[in-house]
Amino acid sequence: MKTDSDLIIVGGGLNGPALALAAADAGLTVTLIDREANPRQAGENPRAYALAHGSVNVLRATGVWSRTGDGQQPILGVRASDGRAGEGASPLALILDSGELEEGPFGAMVEDAVLRRALWETIDAAEGIEVITGVEISSQSTDGSRATVTLADGRTLSSALLVGADGGKSGVASRAKISRTGWRYRQMALVATISHERDHEGIAHQFFMPGGPLAILPLTGRRSAIVWSEAEGIAKHFASLDDPGFLAALRPRVGGFLGELSIEGARAAFPLALSLANRIVEPRLALVGEAAQSVHPIAGQGLNQGLRDVATLVEVIAEARRRGEDIGAADVLERHRRWRSFDRAALATATDAFVRLFSNDDPFLRAFRDLGMEAVTRVPGLRRAVMREAAGLSGDRPRLMQGLSA
Amino acid sequence: MTTTIDDAEIAKFQAMADAWWDPNGKFKPLHMLNPCRLDYITRQIAAEFGRDLSDPRPFAGLRLLDIGCGGGLLSEPMARLGADVVGADAAERNIPVARLHAEQSGLDIDYRHTSAEALAEAGEAFDVILNMEVVEHVASPPAYLRACHDLLKPGGLMVCSTLNRNAKSFAMAIVGAEHVMRWLPKGTHDWRKFITPDELFDLLTGAGLTPVDKTGFVFNPLGWSWSLSERDLSVNYVTTSLRPEAPAQL
Repeated sequence: MKTDSDLIIVGGGLNGPALALAAADAGLTVTLIDREANPRQAGENPRAYALAHGSVNVLRATGVWSRTGDGQQPILGVRASDGRAGEGASPLALILDSGELEEGPFGAMVEDAVLRRALWETIDAAEGIEVITGVEISSQSTDGSRATVTLADGRTLSSALLVGADGGKSGVASRAKISRTGWRYRQMALVATISHERDHEGIAHQFFMPGGPLAILPLTGRRSAIVWSEAEGIAKHFASLDDPGFLAALRPRVGGFLGELSIEGARAAFPLALSLANRIVEPRLALVGEAAQSVHPIAGQGLNQGLRDVATLVEVIAEARRRGEDIGAADVLERHRRWRSFDRAALATATDAFVRLFSNDDPFLRAFRDLGMEAVTRVPGLRRAVMREAAGLSGDRPRLMQGLSA
Repeated sequence: MTTTIDDAEIAKFQAMADAWWDPNGKFKPLHMLNPCRLDYITRQIAAEFGRDLSDPRPFAGLRLLDIGCGGGLLSEPMARLGADVVGADAAERNIPVARLHAEQSGLDIDYRHTSAEALAEAGEAFDVILNMEVVEHVASPPAYLRACHDLLKPGGLMVCSTLNRNAKSFAMAIVGAEHVMRWLPKGTHDWRKFITPDELFDLLTGAGLTPVDKTGFVFNPLGWSWSLSERDLSVNYVTTSLRPEAPAQL
């Protein structure tokens, strides 16, 4: 049977459009479906993303990055240290300066609204992508030759491969009866944008507080994104405060290095959890982004991992297509699964260990992490290895992440 | 496809097609080798005929014969790349199986129960011939390759792979693949009929073809996958040869 397109992608958030663009660049025809009537505007979302170098390469290769224009804030340094409210940061700290990396900055901060707008502008200008919005999927099925999706309005679409980029509660995954493994951390992340008196100089700060880490990440201008993790009960209390009350709680934790602080726009709170799909591929089906793995935002790895899914999947299917293989066949998708499996396992283990190690006020653990961070700072080889990992420059990277075409 | 076969027959063909196309089934070794074979074949064809593999249908306009097509593991990719494919197999039971799968894949492939010699006699002509792991099974390689030559249009290209004959190939193909790994049924191969690269080049030249490339398929047990090698032709290898544009002058 002929199919309507090579690829049906469900989910118009960030990874779905990125995959659609990368696949279209590789010569594949794409149908992108989102239930929102206008996924270009997803409401006011205070989230910002610390995009690793490799992720920026993916966005650059797909023509998205240039459209983020003056919304990019390069991350020029990372400073991680232990802290306690009112005490300021420990003098023992992990300090990484991107001047030591030949690739330049670690990556860049970009706000959700900026990235979403850039992705959709690129989609609207692209060829080979059909966009269907404002409609739910009522059913899906796969057989030996194609995946078929039926929309709530009765339309039926078919493709060689169906991709779920529809988030942690993926409908594509649940309709395929793919279960998830995960756990919650009894922590919440409080997310806000602050403006401040002094310049942040492009430095990303991570303070490891007893209740959980506080990240202060540079945005354009004299603004920063706050990702503040706290035990659930305390976090709910802080989330319920008005802006002045919230600021009064935040100020002693940040300390004085940014001068006067004020809250900009809406705040949000997310429960922290790790959740992995038990399978990321099946014949004619693949999951990317949060549908495949949603992680504690502590290390800023969620979107970076999603874009790695995108880059890997596109490389595998583009190569298969050049050989004349069926891009939805089990053995083709198995190559994607194998390539991603090590990263996914490493990510889950590292995130979990990270939370347990860093969200703790045990004096022994505190001393251990202070010494560990100091050691990384003092030993140049180790420091560069940590930096390359943080910038997404390590491992067997897909070509798009290296700035090459798939 | 018009057919006079009954439902029980179709069910049997479906089961056989499923077996042919199951990457973890009894043809697993072929599926594992297939990406590597396709890389070689597609690059040779693209280079010879000036095609760009990033085009949607780069082989459009090329008439291609897949000899020993089996379930269609090579015929289908070639058809997907736009080639006009004839798949031929001496085993009659493979033909309806391959037809059924191609139909389900939405591909138009002309599968026939026939031989190279019969096609040559009927005056068929092709731009490309895929002759993969067949020559070591035929009764008379010189006569068979002469028929392949006759089937090629002047300037046409043939990709021919086979198994080398040495101690290593004996260990790998007969003892390893047939007896130890049980990848292939015992007795699939007769090692004495394996052909060294020099012998194959002589046979190809003797058939009026011009050999232009030879490359090894090498199995990497660590990555559990195959790759191409210019140096290691010790077990499984592939060649490309061309039919000269003008008939050879006597």
